[in-house]
Amino acid sequence: MKKKYISMALMTALAVGTLAGCGSTSSDGNNASSKQQADSGSNTEEGKVINVYSWNDEFMKRVCAVYPEVKKTSKDGTVTTLKDGTEIHWIINPNQDGVYQQKLDEALLNQADAAADDKVDIFLTETDYVNKYTDADADVAMPLKDLGIDPDADLADQYDFTKVTASDVNGVQRGSTWQCCPGLLVYRRDIAKEVFGTDDPVKVGEKVKDWDTLKQTAEELKAKGYFTFSSYADTFRLYGNSISEPWVKPGETVIKVDQKIMDWISTSKEWLDAAYFDKTVKGQWNDDWNKAMGSKSKVFAFLFPAWGIDFTLKPNWDGGDGVWAVTNPPQEYNWGGSYVHACTGTDNPTLVKDIILSVTGNKDNLLKISKNYLDYTNTKSGMAEAAKDSKTYASKFLGGQNSFEYFAPVAEKIVIAPLSAYDQGCVELIQNAFSDYFQGNVDFDKAKANFETAIIERYPEITEIQWP
Amino acid sequence: MKHKRVSYSKWGYIFILPFFVSFFIFSFIPLADTIRYSFYEYYRSGIKEVGPNFVGMENYSSLLASDMLKYAANTFILWIIGFIPQIVIALVLAAWFVDARLKIRGQQFFKVVIYLPNLIMASAFAMLFFTLFSTNGPINGILTSIGITKEPIDFMGSVFGTRSLVGLMNFLMWFGNTTIMLMAAIMGISPDIFEASEIDGCNSIQRFFKITLPLIRPILAYTLVNSIIGGLQMFDVPQILTNGQGSPDRTSMTLIMFLNSHLKSKNYGMAGALSVYLFIVSGILCFFVYRMTNNDDPDGSKAAARKAKRAKRRG
Repeated sequence: MKKKYISMALMTALAVGTLAGCGSTSSDGNNASSKQQADSGSNTEEGKVINVYSWNDEFMKRVCAVYPEVKKTSKDGTVTTLKDGTEIHWIINPNQDGVYQQKLDEALLNQADAAADDKVDIFLTETDYVNKYTDADADVAMPLKDLGIDPDADLADQYDFTKVTASDVNGVQRGSTWQCCPGLLVYRRDIAKEVFGTDDPVKVGEKVKDWDTLKQTAEELKAKGYFTFSSYADTFRLYGNSISEPWVKPGETVIKVDQKIMDWISTSKEWLDAAYFDKTVKGQWNDDWNKAMGSKSKVFAFLFPAWGIDFTLKPNWDGGDGVWAVTNPPQEYNWGGSYVHACTGTDNPTLVKDIILSVTGNKDNLLKISKNYLDYTNTKSGMAEAAKDSKTYASKFLGGQNSFEYFAPVAEKIVIAPLSAYDQGCVELIQNAFSDYFQGNVDFDKAKANFETAIIERYPEITEIQWP
Repeated sequence: MKHKRVSYSKWGYIFILPFFVSFFIFSFIPLADTIRYSFYEYYRSGIKEVGPNFVGMENYSSLLASDMLKYAANTFILWIIGFIPQIVIALVLAAWFVDARLKIRGQQFFKVVIYLPNLIMASAFAMLFFTLFSTNGPINGILTSIGITKEPIDFMGSVFGTRSLVGLMNFLMWFGNTTIMLMAAIMGISPDIFEASEIDGCNSIQRFFKITLPLIRPILAYTLVNSIIGGLQMFDVPQILTNGQGSPDRTSMTLIMFLNSHLKSKNYGMAGALSVYLFIVSGILCFFVYRMTNNDDPDGSKAAARKAKRAKRRG
């Protein structure tokens, strides 16, 4: 009998709990909708919620910092309220393992059927997969012209290669970015002093000005027990982002491996065997790589764009400020970049246009971002000013050095590699496949075969892989 | 008198209904869909969907032409490396724990401890080992500081190292589980038999091989087949340890990792065909389990009797 009472009591508790749950949510929902109705009188007929898809809070921070309409952001960083009452909802999914793209793809496939306030309004992409979303046939990223932005007039001060990157095959620009990611060589001053007798960026720059000189320098560093770079993946972007033809030409299903990639493979093998790289570091974004940026490491330099210094190097460095310095890289390159797109079907075109213009096309705002977040921003004239203004733009981490002075000439010379929708897989899988080759686990032909297997698994429509 | 025979059977059906409804919706329909899509070309290219177009058995034949059998061999090797120590240690521990004469103290404590690794999520376990055994990790730190090696050992860079690590992890995670199962089996043997053998002057080694082992054979076989089915689905440990690449040279790529790399491109056709292959293999294995657990002649006495009878008739 007792048992029966207890179970009945539990059941009642459960039922009450469930019902109570229903009650509170439904009343919440009512409140929200009535509030919305009250608000909507004060504005046009556009939606009240702007949904932004992104993989981190980078874009949110920049919008909050420079967009004048921002009123406040909730403490957990998920909702930003604008002055007219519109809410920006930040939907953030991590980039790792393609989670972000999976979630974004699902949302985009449901875009047509979604309720107005659930539609994706803005989404962000990275250079590695921007091409997948700017595809003209897929038409998920709105052409900027349709939004009311004239790229030639409104975004005239942007670096041209960022505009090319965000355009589809017909040359229609479908996105815009606030940052531009020219890369530099970041080196340890203490090691430079010990090996070369000087840590002056200009003199060190001379020693790393091209690949042949850098190789001689690497020999000097090796003699003193230092590694030039941490791993073969560090140099990949310099080769991989200067390929002359896209991995896959539009409309084709043939992967053409560029000669530059083969150069990277042969140089990397040679350098690793010569111990210019630390052979215990395999690739990037792992624990060993992070440790290579610490004070106990024997690694002389890294190749990083502005975000790499601020976002990757700085948190991994355990010593004081002023030990690292930047100088020119052996070859101009671009690494990364976040593109902002207006999503087709958005119910807030006016605000979306306003936000994109404010964050990516307004020189004052861009300079503010440069100052606060050390981004190398997408304004040619602004960056030229920053390069000269060492007082305002000196970096504490770099011991008072003005890194913009070195970024600016690189940015001018960047020729962006032609993109394809297959870049991300190709870049990732070719590094994986040849990792085994560098470490001596497989021979060259086996590594090639492994790349072919892996790439066809990833992209079933690929019919052929051509090697130079 | 008319209402005396009330049928309660409908309540039985009503109570099991939720299971069958949820099984139908969440297991059966996806299963049927998987099989259906395995005959189609159906994947996503970028954000554009390709298919579904009916292609017949093409997915199946192209899988056979791929490295699938190599991955099946990898899976088998990874499984056996973990299984052999697992079954040996589990047998020894189970025999010790149940042996009344050993009177091991703190038995309950040890039983809990050996079972504990099974409670950790496999992926967390793999993560832990990845960090421990990385080239600049603590294991290498210890080895170099006590002077066993000068250079750090690249555990995950060699086929032997990676496979051993996977095997070690599977062993650690599952030997406790197997021990407890075998203990139950050994405890099911009538103590009379052990007593009788002792009186006849049987030593402990003889007792283990002549009495314990033969009598727990059905459970042993069950453990084996169950472990093969589990091994067939091996995924999280090698996936996390090798970052999904099955490195080096795809030698630790298991079948389910292979399946997973097809799902990166949402290739439902190929993944479906691979699943059907796995389904067939698991189905065959399950059939053996079924035969063994429903064995009405566990010690072979009936078969022996039949044989004797036949021999007699012939003679």
